[in-house]
Amino acid sequence: MMARKLPKKDVAIVGLGWTGSILAMELAKEGLDIVALERGPMRRTVNDFRYPENTDELTHAHYFKLMQRPHESTLTMRHSTGQRALPYRRLGSFLPGIGVGGAGVHWNGQNWRPEAAELRLRSYVTETFGADIIPDDMQIQDWGVTYEELEPHFDRWERLIGCTGIAGNIKGEIRAGGNPFEAPRSAEYPLPPLPQASASRRFHKAAEDMGLHPFPRSGGNASRAYVNEYGMQLGPCTYCGFCEWYGCYNYSKASPQTCVLDALYQRPNVEVRTEANVMKVELSSDGKTATGVTYLDENHEEIFQPADLVLICAFPIHNVHLLLLSGIGEPYDPARGSGVVGRNYAYQMMGGTDAFFSDAQFKPFVGAGIEGTCVLDYGIEQIDFAREGFIGGSYISVGLTNGQPIRSMPLPEDTPAWGAEWKQAVGKWYGKALNIGSHGSNMSYRDCYLDLDPTYRDPFGRPLLRMTFDWKPNDIRMTRFMQRRTEALAQAMESDSFNSSYKDEDSHYDIRPYQTTHNVGGAVMGTDPATSVVNRYLQSWDVPNVWVSGASAFPQNIQFNPTGAVGALTYWMAEALRDYIRNPRPMMRG
Amino acid sequence: MARHPDAPAWGEITRRGLLGAALGGTTLAAAAVPALARDTRNEVPLDQVTPTFFGPQEWALLIAIVDVFIPADGDGPGALEAGVPVFIDRQMAGFWGQSEWWYMEGPHHPDADPNLGFQSPLTLAEIIRGGLSHFDDWCRDQHGAAFAELGAEDRNKALGALMDEKTGLPPELRDFPDFLLTSTKQGYFSDPRHGGNRGMLAWSYIGYPGARANFLSWTNPARDAEPYPLGPVSINGDRA
Repeated sequence: MMARKLPKKDVAIVGLGWTGSILAMELAKEGLDIVALERGPMRRTVNDFRYPENTDELTHAHYFKLMQRPHESTLTMRHSTGQRALPYRRLGSFLPGIGVGGAGVHWNGQNWRPEAAELRLRSYVTETFGADIIPDDMQIQDWGVTYEELEPHFDRWERLIGCTGIAGNIKGEIRAGGNPFEAPRSAEYPLPPLPQASASRRFHKAAEDMGLHPFPRSGGNASRAYVNEYGMQLGPCTYCGFCEWYGCYNYSKASPQTCVLDALYQRPNVEVRTEANVMKVELSSDGKTATGVTYLDENHEEIFQPADLVLICAFPIHNVHLLLLSGIGEPYDPARGSGVVGRNYAYQMMGGTDAFFSDAQFKPFVGAGIEGTCVLDYGIEQIDFAREGFIGGSYISVGLTNGQPIRSMPLPEDTPAWGAEWKQAVGKWYGKALNIGSHGSNMSYRDCYLDLDPTYRDPFGRPLLRMTFDWKPNDIRMTRFMQRRTEALAQAMESDSFNSSYKDEDSHYDIRPYQTTHNVGGAVMGTDPATSVVNRYLQSWDVPNVWVSGASAFPQNIQFNPTGAVGALTYWMAEALRDYIRNPRPMMRG
Repeated sequence: MARHPDAPAWGEITRRGLLGAALGGTTLAAAAVPALARDTRNEVPLDQVTPTFFGPQEWALLIAIVDVFIPADGDGPGALEAGVPVFIDRQMAGFWGQSEWWYMEGPHHPDADPNLGFQSPLTLAEIIRGGLSHFDDWCRDQHGAAFAELGAEDRNKALGALMDEKTGLPPELRDFPDFLLTSTKQGYFSDPRHGGNRGMLAWSYIGYPGARANFLSWTNPARDAEPYPLGPVSINGDRA
């Protein structure tokens, strides 16, 4: 059956999350005719996130109302190339969003800039410790863009989302109260920090007493009324405790809805089509130019949308899937070390120590997604990799983002999972625990990658993406280092008891429990087409009128939540796109 | 505006929810009464509930199991007082129990490395049903009687064996113990609109204020030692 062909657009955007929204807005200002294709439903603050329905823990945090349905879209996973991969049949370890706003609807709002060394990690390690400390199978790379180049774009992104915080370093001057280890900022945050709740303040004091450098967590939960550059208005956060995995009903959490979309919908040259599921980017006969995209509309009719420029702006693993299905770039082959698409998939190494205080009244329902206190004393630039025997780092934090009782019920480790003692323990310990969390980097490796599964198919007959991934000794050593730090902090806080949850030498990646939705890599950026899918402007090396946004560009994972870096890269990309649109061409380095 | 793809599923759960409520008598009859006057603790006793999904024997077994998972003794409500079986019955009859959102295509390898995740060809509801049947058979075999007919000590022992994976569950039912306990806790702590947590008893017990959702002033250090003074509210506006 021939696809129905629509009139040509200047730009087709695949996926209307953070990056698709921003790029649509920035290119709309150039007067281009733009269509954004979102495979999920329209989502608006009213009625989709309204109070009080939005406080339903079961529906959001256990049935995953705002997340991808595996029966519509999923992938397979295995630990090594010799193993049979099996489907991720029910959600667990990570939660891609579905619908307008994407994962930007259900994030907590925690915002970070990577340390400068993280953006040139291979060079930093080589210059500082020597290349021989890099394990043979580790494939870390420089991003191809420096912190100095990205700084104005970090700043612009933080002003878009009304980022709260205290600057620790403005133009090299270290400032009291902020993160003294952060790379220099050009200016203060647009909004002051949110107040810290009692557990975070307790941690703040203990960290300070240990000689560490605590600071309030920064991010996109507004602390004051705020209007951003697109005229979008944010209102101050009320600490409702329904942030992560929920939409915000209070216009406080930064999201595409609260920061971009209602302004975007005013633009006459932008059309948004929901339930438009892009199957493939179509290429010219020589394979060097995209001619548009083919998608299925809500009635499953096949539509061809011609476009001069295609921006792939889906979730990282879906970006990679679409590139592989469209034949853009050479698929990565770990055996030969050839190809690039799917190369350097990475995740995030999480760990933490639950500490229990029988005298506390933490009231964990007094929550906000960015509530918390952090330290970066064990960050990537702060650790002697040669001495410690690993490459990587973490930030450590305490924050009570929610008190939802099904999902957030830490109990001392000798508590049975059911029975009279369990019931007694939930009554005794609810509101008396905090988690000292380690949010750590994850390096990239030769045999951690994405390709197409040979067996399992999606409802449209396309092969599922296949993830090959496991934990590696380097990253285990990093997280065990962090365990000693978070347990020392739990001791310093004089908790009644504590128990840790960290990976050990025998740990394999377990896709069942939730860990984090910080999946990165697979379409990485760089300055060498032999080791990157997109150039340093996120433009495909192989098909120059295809650009690929988002965390799929990270060559390994940073120690931080990725959204801040994704936001900065998007504005960096938008600047290059403006230049490209005026003079379309393959963009060379420089 | 585009059709919301959730609409059928969520419309369905509402309809089923109301149906379940009519049968179970938990909310529908009270809906016309002003919220403040309602006392949800005086609702239909469990033995007068006609389940939607479970048959009579399964229902008796489920009630007996969750009564051991979260017993009535001690502080706080037991699972039966909190209406957990009604929650589980509705969950199994609804889209979640039917695993409508899960990827269920074959080939299936239910005996695979557990780290690779859920791999059974069965839906959640089929696993709960199959697991209950398997467990009751095991009780008859090992303890000489159905679970619901055992004394308190034997019930604890038998359920302990189930949870420790010592009852010989076949691979496609491997997740039964974990899924049943998870559903029990969901029914205990979720909003009463889903059929459990009757009268918000479990929320009152631990001090969770439910849908109040506005706590900025409680970040004030002067209030750190002060307990939160209000009891819970539910999504439909009831107060405990």
